[in-house]
Parts: sequence; C-alpha cells; structure tokens
Amino acid sequence: MNTVNAPLVIIGAGHAGGRAALTLRSEGYSGRLILIGDEAHAPYERPPLSKGLLQGTTDLAGCSLCDSTRLGELDIEHWTAGPVLSLAPAQHGLQLADGSWLAYGRLLLATGGRARRLPNVPEHMANVLYLRTHDEALTLRNGLRPGSRLVVVGGGFIGLEVAATARSLGCSVTLLEAGPRLAGRVLPERLSGVLLDLHRARGVDVRLNVAIEAVLGGERAEAVQLVDGQCLPCDLLVVGIGMQPNVELARTAGLDVGQGIRVDGQLQSSAADIFAAGDVCEFRLHPGGEFQRQETWRNAEHQGHHAALNLLGAGLPFNSIPGFWSDHYDWGLQTTGQISSAEPSASRATADGGFVLFYLDAGQRLLGACGWGMGNSIARDIKLCERLIACGTPLQVPALMDAGVSLKQLLRN
Amino acid sequence: MSEQWIDVCCVDDIDEEDVMRFDHGQHTYAVYRSADSEFFATAGLCTHESIHLADGLVMDHVIECPKHNGRFDYRSGKALGAPVCVNLKTYPVRVEAGRLYLGVPT
Repeated sequence: MNTVNAPLVIIGAGHAGGRAALTLRSEGYSGRLILIGDEAHAPYERPPLSKGLLQGTTDLAGCSLCDSTRLGELDIEHWTAGPVLSLAPAQHGLQLADGSWLAYGRLLLATGGRARRLPNVPEHMANVLYLRTHDEALTLRNGLRPGSRLVVVGGGFIGLEVAATARSLGCSVTLLEAGPRLAGRVLPERLSGVLLDLHRARGVDVRLNVAIEAVLGGERAEAVQLVDGQCLPCDLLVVGIGMQPNVELARTAGLDVGQGIRVDGQLQSSAADIFAAGDVCEFRLHPGGEFQRQETWRNAEHQGHHAALNLLGAGLPFNSIPGFWSDHYDWGLQTTGQISSAEPSASRATADGGFVLFYLDAGQRLLGACGWGMGNSIARDIKLCERLIACGTPLQVPALMDAGVSLKQLLRN
Repeated sequence: MSEQWIDVCCVDDIDEEDVMRFDHGQHTYAVYRSADSEFFATAGLCTHESIHLADGLVMDHVIECPKHNGRFDYRSGKALGAPVCVNLKTYPVRVEAGRLYLGVPT
C-alpha cells in the first residue's frame, strides 16, 4: 500500500485515543486523522460512570473530552461504523468492517478493554449489568431505585463505587468479594480496612471470602446462590470483577502481546509505526522493570498524550509516575507511584482522621504512597509525595511519621 | 463594571503558598496567598470537571486540581495544559487592616 501520505489512524475512541487525537492537533499535525471507535459518543472519561453519572449529578457532556462539533472543527474523522477486522502491519493497512482496506502512516492502538464476564451466567439475563461504557451506566442508573435490592459481585473499585452510589440513592446493597479483603490485590490492609468499615457503616452488607454457586432465574436473575448455601434475592445484579484488555486485533496481527499490547519505552509496539496507549498497553515504567498495565484515568490521559507526541516522531521515553483515586461517599483515596498490598514502610495521620502510607526502597527513597481523607483532602499530600518520588532524595521515617513536619518542608529540604 | 468588596478572612488565616475556599452567595471562590504574601483570587471550581480547587496543591504560583492534576497560574487564571484548556476567572483582592477583601461583580 502507498503509505507516504497515508493518515494517522487511532483505533479506540475512549479517553486515551481521544486524548491522543486532540494532542496530535494541538501539536500542529495537520494531515488526515481518523479516530475509529465502537461507541457512538465522542471520547469521554470513564471515572464518572460509577459516580456522578450514575448518581445523576453529571451527564455525558460533563465527562466528554470534547463534543462531536469540536471533533469536526479539528478535522478529526470519528468513525463508528463497526470494528476493525484485521491489521496488516507489514503493509501498513487495516481492514474495516465493510471489508475494505485503509492504509495508515502510523497507527495507535488504544482499544481499551471490556468488562470481564461472570462465568456461568446466561448472557440474556436482562438485569445482570456490567459497567464499562456510558450506555451501560445509564442502564444501571435506571435500575437504581429506592428500595431496589442490588447484589454487587466484586469488591474492587468499580463494585465499591457502585455500592456507594446505590446506597446514596436508597438501594439495599449486598456486596460479594471472593477474597479476604476489599481491593486486596492492589491496596494495603489498612485501606482495605477503612473501606470495609465505611461501607458497612453506610449499610452495605459486605461479604468477604464468598464463592458464587449459581445465579438463579430465567429471563431475569432472581437470586444469587452462594456455595455455603445462602440465597440472596436481587432485583439487579452488578458484576464488577475486572477488565479484559482488547488485545485480539494485535495478537492476530502478530504483535507482541502479554497481558496487554507490549510496547517499548516510547510506547511503540513490536511492529514498526504501531504504538499503544491506555488500558490495553503493557509497558515498563523503567528499563528492565516489570511489564505492567494501568487501568486508570491518569494512565489514559498521560499515555494518550505521550503516544501522540511519539507518533509525530518525538521519541520521548514514557516515565510518568502512575496514580489513581477512588471516591466512596464523602471520603476519597488517592495513590501515587508504586504501592502494593504489602505493609507500608511508614504512615502519618492527617487532620481529618485520614492517613498517608509511604512505601520506601532500600535506600529510603519514596517509591509510592497512598492516602485516605474526607472529600479530596488527601490530594495535597499525595501530590507532594509524587514530587518526593520524582526528586528521589532519601527520607527519614520519623519525619514522614510526624504530622507536624509538612511534606512540603521535606520536599524543600 | 462595579465591584462589591466582601470580607473574606484575616490575612493570617491563609498560610503562605496556600489556598483557601471561600463561598459567598451562590458562588465559590479560591483565595491564594503566595510565598511572598501576595494575595489572589480565582473562581473556586476547576474548569475541567468542576472540582473544588482549594483541595489542590499550591506550588510557587501554580494551583493543581486535586483530582485530574489540571494546573493553572492563579495570578492570571491561565490554564497550563491538558486536561484543562479553559482559563480560570480571576477576581481582585485587597488587604485592609489585616483583613482580606474579595471584589465580586455587582
């Protein structure tokens, strides 16, 4: 295929793909730009789907990166007519849903992921809901009525945020988690503990270490049968058990794929002129480090932006410090850097009854931190931790633990 | 356009290089004290997703949104890059007898 004047193509019109398209234009790329997505909407951010959008306090416009008018003004072609069928990296071509081939100059794969399905649940049950897209969020919102009985499967962030929103809307909520604690793969025990206490105090019936035997019902799920014999009647069953990255297109095309589409330090895949970004991208934060994926707002934002620069030939290494937040009722948690489910190296109390947990390396340098506070109050300390990670100076545990020593002070020492 | 001057707080209620939320009428504002004790005021909500900026971090002359890290120069209200692209509205302030006043349009 003749690819000399071929367009830049982005497959995936979610947050990462949308940010990349906008960045390409703001960086001055004036050639043809095609953004292919499987949702009808212009690119939007997903965090509000389990919070404000579900609550009804925000709408699609409130979480959009831009509207379709703006896409038009920027001459970004937003195609939604069906999935890309296949990819031919050697020819720099991709096959569209109608069977025709499109040549690309460079390509960004920002294909994201889909909600992992609960095994043994018939697909046709109308009240078994997953939460990944705006339209799924609207369907769920319509079902969250005062008094409705909701069973949430999965004690990770999606399940917990849905539980919190549903409680605030007056639903009765039972949350089932297979593991011994909430968000236990990601968070240290202390944060799992405050999440459990808070959700129980707000009336969520949280069950840990539970296994599901079957979902009972016909057209609709009527109850969840647990292995221990208990039966939980439900009006709605929400499944939040993680995301499955959409790697099939890349894998079939012969690209290097692990848990996601593998990229080098500049977000380029194993094929020339193909980059990846966002939830689907498997990258190393440092040369020689472990491959990882990050399913976060921040990663979509930063990798989308970064991939755009490198699509234009900037050749910049991606080394943005990861992080995320999660909101529960009037409390929030935030993280920065590398945190884990293991015990932290140090902790400090904050004024509102919250805390910050610090993870240090062998040289007493900060690797990561996470914190808990009212509203967004933990944000300042977490942002200061991000800067402490970046500057890499050794820290003293007693100073970290002393709430009287401000982190800003430590940063400037 | 004329202004109404609203008593916000004692100047020492805001630390140096810090920000405070101030609500008045139907509006919310963010008032800042720089490291060299100059005072400034902007709209209180981030132009990206309407988050209260006063929970954010002030470093030098920049306020960073507590949620999405959108950054603004609080002296001019200028948005400093994605995800924020719309500038913050700014408001005049003045200090009289140790108290900070905010000028809001009448």
